[in-house]
Amino acid sequence: MSTAMSWFVIIGTLGTLVAAMALLFSNRKISGNETTGHEHDGIQEYDNPLPMWWVYMFIISTVFAVGYLIYYPGLGNVKGIGDWTELKQWQDEVDRHEARFAPIYAELAAMTPEQMAADRRASQVGRRLFINNCSTCHGVTAKGGFGFPNLTDGEWIYGRDFEAIQSTILNGRIAVMPPWGAALGDDGVNEVTEYVRQLAGLEHDTAAAELGVAKYNMFCVACHGAEGVGNEALGYPNLNNDIWLYGGEREQIAFTLRHGRNGNMPAHRDMLGEEKAKILAGYVMTLGE
Amino acid sequence: MADPLVGGNKENKEIAVTDEIPYNMLVVRRFAVMTVVWGIVGMLVGVIIAGQLAWPALNFDLPWFSYGRLRPLHTNAVIFAFGGCALMTSALYIVQRTCKTPLISNGLANFVFWGWNLVIVLAAITLPLGFTTTKEYAELEWPIDILIAVVWVAFGIVFFGTIAKRTVSHIYVANWFFGALIIGVAVLHIFNSLALPVSMTKSYSIYAGSMDAMMQWWYGHNAVGFFLTAGFLGIMYYFVPKQAERPVYSYRLSIVHFWALIAIYVWAGPHHLHYTSLPDWAQSLGMVMSLVLLAPSWGGMINGIMTLSGAWDKLRTDPILKFLIVSLSFYGMSTFEGPMMSIKTVNALSHNTDWTIGHVHSGALGWVAMVSIGAMYHLIPLLYGRKQGEMYSVRLINLHFWLATLGTVLYIASMWVNGLLQGLMWRATSVDGTLTYSFSEAVEASYPGYYVRFIGGAIFLFGMFIMAFNVWMTINGKKREEAPSQATPLVASGASA
Repeated sequence: MSTAMSWFVIIGTLGTLVAAMALLFSNRKISGNETTGHEHDGIQEYDNPLPMWWVYMFIISTVFAVGYLIYYPGLGNVKGIGDWTELKQWQDEVDRHEARFAPIYAELAAMTPEQMAADRRASQVGRRLFINNCSTCHGVTAKGGFGFPNLTDGEWIYGRDFEAIQSTILNGRIAVMPPWGAALGDDGVNEVTEYVRQLAGLEHDTAAAELGVAKYNMFCVACHGAEGVGNEALGYPNLNNDIWLYGGEREQIAFTLRHGRNGNMPAHRDMLGEEKAKILAGYVMTLGE
Repeated sequence: MADPLVGGNKENKEIAVTDEIPYNMLVVRRFAVMTVVWGIVGMLVGVIIAGQLAWPALNFDLPWFSYGRLRPLHTNAVIFAFGGCALMTSALYIVQRTCKTPLISNGLANFVFWGWNLVIVLAAITLPLGFTTTKEYAELEWPIDILIAVVWVAFGIVFFGTIAKRTVSHIYVANWFFGALIIGVAVLHIFNSLALPVSMTKSYSIYAGSMDAMMQWWYGHNAVGFFLTAGFLGIMYYFVPKQAERPVYSYRLSIVHFWALIAIYVWAGPHHLHYTSLPDWAQSLGMVMSLVLLAPSWGGMINGIMTLSGAWDKLRTDPILKFLIVSLSFYGMSTFEGPMMSIKTVNALSHNTDWTIGHVHSGALGWVAMVSIGAMYHLIPLLYGRKQGEMYSVRLINLHFWLATLGTVLYIASMWVNGLLQGLMWRATSVDGTLTYSFSEAVEASYPGYYVRFIGGAIFLFGMFIMAFNVWMTINGKKREEAPSQATPLVASGASA
């Protein structure tokens, strides 16, 4: 802040405190009369002295305030003799935390995925990391929800290998299903919906599904592959199971076809770092078994 | 002056003494009745949203009935409708009686009454519809904000105009506090509400980022300081000595704590923004000024409670005095709790937890509501041509007192427990430095507190219905045949009972 503003703050602060004390001390003495002599609608006022315990409380809190403002920043640009800032306090706490817990993570992260899966400590730490960082979307039980993948069903959109899961955690994923409503038309959407349900082994209208095959092969096959096998390397979901990120009801599939979907798993590299991400990946991998 | 409602009444000797002065008691009556009405409405919405927190199904998937829309309606209704009407009732009554002069303008006083109630009705419509500035306790959109400012200034003109033509030399303490309320709230409301309108129902604050946050909490905390503290101390300074029939304890204390309170309160806002992007210096000032505020706040409590010295026995028989004195106890408790919570280390634990909600309600239920209820029980018989203390039933006042106290205690105790539990669960860490609990586990653990809070609030609301019945019967000229409300002597006196 500017020097003028700084002085404004200093004078305002100390001025208020000094004025409060002046007010207190100038009212120590009483007139000696029992009342002030005022009368308002029958109410009189005693001229009793200020209670001393209260006066001391006022003085002590004011002295404390001044002491605090000498030690901590408060009086405008004056930094305070304690050299304290909010940012420093935060950095100190982070550093202390890191120094204390880094060895635990370094030790666990040195394990192979197989060792981690077998190690009780690694899975406990992994679970806590999961609760802290992943459960908001994937749920405390890791069963996910609408739009958030279930991690316990053994189906992995990006493949069931350690590196893929680790990469998902560190770098995040962006998934885009484009909207096909305009290209397919209402009938097309219904037909492809029936075919997709057929691929998943669900109850479907055979005649409509048959009409849907050609359209599937025109618009969908490039990503989801022939007969819906998907593509793990690129994260295109397999349609040959009854596992649905956005629901398998007719209206839900039709909505997905018509309007498309956008999935976003945020990158956690900056938040977690390599070691924690590795331990977490090891834990997440065991969830699907 | 043909209006029979304007002027005093023959039955009450106290009013009869000054009967020649044509006090405007009509506007006071109207505000007094609306205090009870809005009290019930505001607290009913409070109980509904407490229920929604305990049983989320009670949102019924209706947008206008959902917690997010009703919560600001609750806060606006209890603070500005119930609290505002209690303040205007008291200010307009006290300023006339202590200045020995009628209001300068009955027309303007009527405008204040109808204008203020229009604001409340508009709030009750627009908030459930989802129109909001999103600024806490200042959610109303700009057209209503302008109406508030106009009505408030009119209130100020009536009040200060009446002070100016008083027929006594001194201005009574209660009026200092009402004066501070009127000036303080005018400045706070106008500056915090400055906004750029984009349509009739949407505007954007002219402040941005941390400055907007600082303006908001400068307003928010001083709404507590000037509206809910200074204003209600004005009520206290008249009705406590009146009801106790004792002189005010210390005039010196009045002077010192009044000036210290209003000078220091305005600095305390930043304690709502500890450990945020607000600059360090502002946070420090907010904290130390909040600590210094303890003594000036307690000055009012001391002056109120010590006014009773020499008349403590009245507490046994007079439930109105119980309301007033217990309100001062809650006032003292929450004004101790406030500075404590403003200490950064404590705030790091309490911030964003239910502790804050408990703290607010020990002030709102224990202090603001109880002192207002006491004042209304004192005033309503007088306004309707009866003697002081002649409500329809004094025993029902006593019942209301115990319901209000029990409700408040259940409410704040459950929120203390919840607050500590949440604060401790959020910060608990495991041996590997991770958080021990997920957020939802802390929510799950809070449910018992939510149930108790709902029960406490419902008990308090039930007391308000009893008050409404008592007021209704009093207005209709009824008086219940009942034994005096008196504690039974501890020593049995044979068969004479």
